[in-house]
Amino acid sequence: MHAKKIINNPQDVVDELLDGLVLAYHGRVRRLEDVNALVKTDLPTGKVGLLIGGGSGHEPLFHGFIGENMGDGAACGNIFAAPSPDVILAATRALNQGAGVLYLYGNYAGDNMNFDIAAELAAEEGIATRTVRIWDDVASAPPERIDQRRGIAGDLFVIKVAGAAAATLTDLEQVYRVTAKARDSVRSMGVAVRAGSIPETGEPTFELGDDEIEIGMGLHGEAGVSREKLLPADPLVEKMMQHILADLPFQSGDEVCLLINDLGSTTMMELLIVNRKVRQILDAAGISVHDTVIGSFCTCQEMAGFSISLMRLDDELRPYYDMPARSFGYTRA
Amino acid sequence: MATSELTPDETREMLLQVCRGMQASKDRLSEADRAIGDGDHGVGMARGFEAVQRKLEAISSAAAIDELFRTVGTALLTSVGGAAGAVFGTLFRGGSQNLSDCSAFDAAALARLLTDGLAAVKARGQAQPGDKTMVDALEPAARRAQQLTGAPIGEALTEVAEAARQGMEKTRQMVATVGKAKTLGERSLGHPDPGAISTYLILTYMAEYASRDRS
Repeated sequence: MHAKKIINNPQDVVDELLDGLVLAYHGRVRRLEDVNALVKTDLPTGKVGLLIGGGSGHEPLFHGFIGENMGDGAACGNIFAAPSPDVILAATRALNQGAGVLYLYGNYAGDNMNFDIAAELAAEEGIATRTVRIWDDVASAPPERIDQRRGIAGDLFVIKVAGAAAATLTDLEQVYRVTAKARDSVRSMGVAVRAGSIPETGEPTFELGDDEIEIGMGLHGEAGVSREKLLPADPLVEKMMQHILADLPFQSGDEVCLLINDLGSTTMMELLIVNRKVRQILDAAGISVHDTVIGSFCTCQEMAGFSISLMRLDDELRPYYDMPARSFGYTRA
Repeated sequence: MATSELTPDETREMLLQVCRGMQASKDRLSEADRAIGDGDHGVGMARGFEAVQRKLEAISSAAAIDELFRTVGTALLTSVGGAAGAVFGTLFRGGSQNLSDCSAFDAAALARLLTDGLAAVKARGQAQPGDKTMVDALEPAARRAQQLTGAPIGEALTEVAEAARQGMEKTRQMVATVGKAKTLGERSLGHPDPGAISTYLILTYMAEYASRDRS
């Protein structure tokens, strides 16, 4: 079935969504000339720059997470496609205030190559960069190949900590270290109930039967761990939590932040029912919850389904997590 | 009469033929990508080679061989987007690195272009032969080119394009393990990799120009 979309010319979706986003930032973010990159208007001299980015179509990820104690800018690709090196380089130049720039993005082949090329071009111009790739999706590869895992909604927690660290620490290496630690402390898993569609064509990104779900399926329809008949919320959450808890592993006495993310069109009602079961499981496991975030943060158009992310806190990460943050897509008072 | 090499002007004409051919192949490539990817490969490559065409038409006719290929790579890198832009941009930019002493494009230069380009692509994308990527078309093409360094350029390109075609056909039997097509796993069986098709087509359009009857 062709998706119904509120758009104009399908070729213009990225251009027009970025225009709309800049307006929603009310002067705190501007768009660079000639490239699809957004940067904060207020960048203090000497600040380590935090550049996030990736394909568009997953809003509010990534470009909706620019702001106070969040990303300093975002390099935006076409729908579901990595930004090209010239876009990333232009954003890098704009963010470099003398202390270098940290690249933070999801671990996908296209993003990795384009950000790496941009990093080499930036080095030729004397701009220091470091890179943290987010690979929180436990369904996408076994633990021994963690660097082949995909980045999904856990992006939000890593960006949150990185934004606070980049606003606090003055040394790129230290911001890199704290961000990598946050990345290493996050685990996620999703379930797909229905496909989203590609805005340019209206075609679904994958096929899934009316009564089927895929546990562990990725944001673009990447294969998960199992395809099965639709389950009630509680046993479904139990299956997902088994994978997540065993992976880090999370243990009794741990303190975590919890994110329940809608993939595009799953209702708040369903997410809250999921949260109820997640908390029962965490309580039984002796894991305490420092903060809960529930909503749409990392989406794939009208895809239905959700993901669960946990980030383990320690005395170093907790203050960064607790710093106030303000962006279009995520705010913490 | 077979020509042993192409002048810089002819090399530019050859690359412009590639631009026209790749833009005309848009629907074929997108269709191939719909089978195993997200269906945007043809759109990206057509947009890329349109940008290449603009750059090549603006470049001075006295441009050196390495500058021509580097121009192709840089234009692809900045206009295609996604993984394809990085891979094909790297192929041409990496391939141009050791062509600065070439006053003409001959079979030896072709071998260097493909060998250095292949090495750069492998380093960038970490794809190995058998992963169902453009490397599976590019590697046999580079190997064939190294055996033909003394051949007339038209003959060498025709043989190299054929090697790429055979490599591309073999990707039907492979299961994708890198890039977006790994989404499908076993479901990618039976379909050739769109990047491998593009590699074969680029070499085919180069061969068509270099083998033409010259009046």
